[in-house]
Amino acid sequence: MRLELVFENLGLFGEGVLMTLELAAIALIIGFALALPMGLAIYRKTPVAAAASKGFIYVFRGTPLLVQAYLIYYGLSQFEAVRDSIFWQAPDLIRGTILGEAWPSLRSAWWCAVIAFSLNSAAYQAAILAGAFEAVPRGVLEGGRAVGLSERLITRLVLLPTALRQALPQYSNEVVFMLHGTAVAGVITLQDILGAGRTLNARYYVAYEGYLTAAFLYMAITGCLVVAFKLIEKRAMRHLARPAAATEETTGPARPRLLAVLR
Amino acid sequence: MEDVLAYGPLLAEGTGVTVMLAVLSLALATALGALGAAGRLSGWRAADWGVQGYTTLVRGVPDLVMILLIYFGGQRALNGAMEGLGLERVEVSKFAAGVLAIGFIYGGYLAETFRGAFVAIPRGQGEGGAALGLSRLQVLWRVEMPQLIRLALPGYANVWMVLVKSTAVVSIIGLGDLVGLADKAGKSTRQQFWFYLAVLLVYLAITAVSDAALARAKARANRGVVA
Repeated sequence: MRLELVFENLGLFGEGVLMTLELAAIALIIGFALALPMGLAIYRKTPVAAAASKGFIYVFRGTPLLVQAYLIYYGLSQFEAVRDSIFWQAPDLIRGTILGEAWPSLRSAWWCAVIAFSLNSAAYQAAILAGAFEAVPRGVLEGGRAVGLSERLITRLVLLPTALRQALPQYSNEVVFMLHGTAVAGVITLQDILGAGRTLNARYYVAYEGYLTAAFLYMAITGCLVVAFKLIEKRAMRHLARPAAATEETTGPARPRLLAVLR
Repeated sequence: MEDVLAYGPLLAEGTGVTVMLAVLSLALATALGALGAAGRLSGWRAADWGVQGYTTLVRGVPDLVMILLIYFGGQRALNGAMEGLGLERVEVSKFAAGVLAIGFIYGGYLAETFRGAFVAIPRGQGEGGAALGLSRLQVLWRVEMPQLIRLALPGYANVWMVLVKSTAVVSIIGLGDLVGLADKAGKSTRQQFWFYLAVLLVYLAITAVSDAALARAKARANRGVVA
């Protein structure tokens, strides 16, 4: 076991960690943006949109992320129409500029990874959100209606915050799942954590030092995420925590009527 | 697209490998999960901690990394041992490494599933059995086991669905499973899109069949339960 190789190449792994975190964060954010309308459509049983969302969820949750990424990265490039389109390289106008560099191109492994991960995460998040909306008690929404909120405001101020809070444990799972899913990037040539491990192994012709380091890094990040979510959950649910000591005597009968109404 | 049809037999062979890989991995995971749950429930602290360490490990490492680590690390460790014993080098089977890696990962998840299900069985049930004069083993087999199956089934079904998709990563070490064979065929015919699409459809079909089978299993496990 040649651990010194790992320490000599800490920079390689540092960049790998950044790439992994970047991919996971972007995928989760784009995924959320796509998942929200899908989750709402399923919850509201919007014609066509609900069925389409369910189909999307079924396909992306029912197949391996690895193959989804292959299909987008290796598969799409077989079509001439794709290679001739603006999704292959930036339009002449901005080619060579910063805008051209950032252009979403299907030739770039990074963009293909982002697309695959985002769509995959969107499917999982949509399923989580649809379930969470369903679980919001009817009375909570009626409460919003009773104080005169519009349907739009009820969605924004009542439905979403309540559902997101309830969905936190599942979100914690999805974030870890996505973090691990981004390892697929290392297979399609990107230098994420796994990519860094593969590079190390290839550079020094060693069998597993790079993979072991990668495994350790993934574990460490997973551990941090799990702890962070526990803290967020505790904070988001603090209004539901019932202090054991809070009896009549300690709280006093100060506002009994108001409390009764709130319940 | 015609190429995909021409390669049909090859893809069928790959599907067979994938299904076999998934089924054997599930068997290994079930055994490891049962052992893990027993360890956690044994009341023996070292076993409890050991199993918790195991589940933390498999939850923390992506399946892709685990398979690479087990295949290449295992190969190196085994050959080190063989050399030490003065024996010839051996080649680790890719299929076996795949079963080992996938089974190892999901065994950790199933340990939690089984433990949760066991804890959910009301204590009075076992006591009732004891009161009737059943031995501890009889209570386990006749009273607790049927309920364990019913309670663990939803979690078990979930693990199976995730496990099936996880088998795709074993193609990374060059196994000729569905993904590996489709990858080769796609590259040689330059028709990757259609081959990967075919792979996705096969996985969807496996998911659909599993869904139907699990619905029946659930109905059977829940017989006699008054909702």
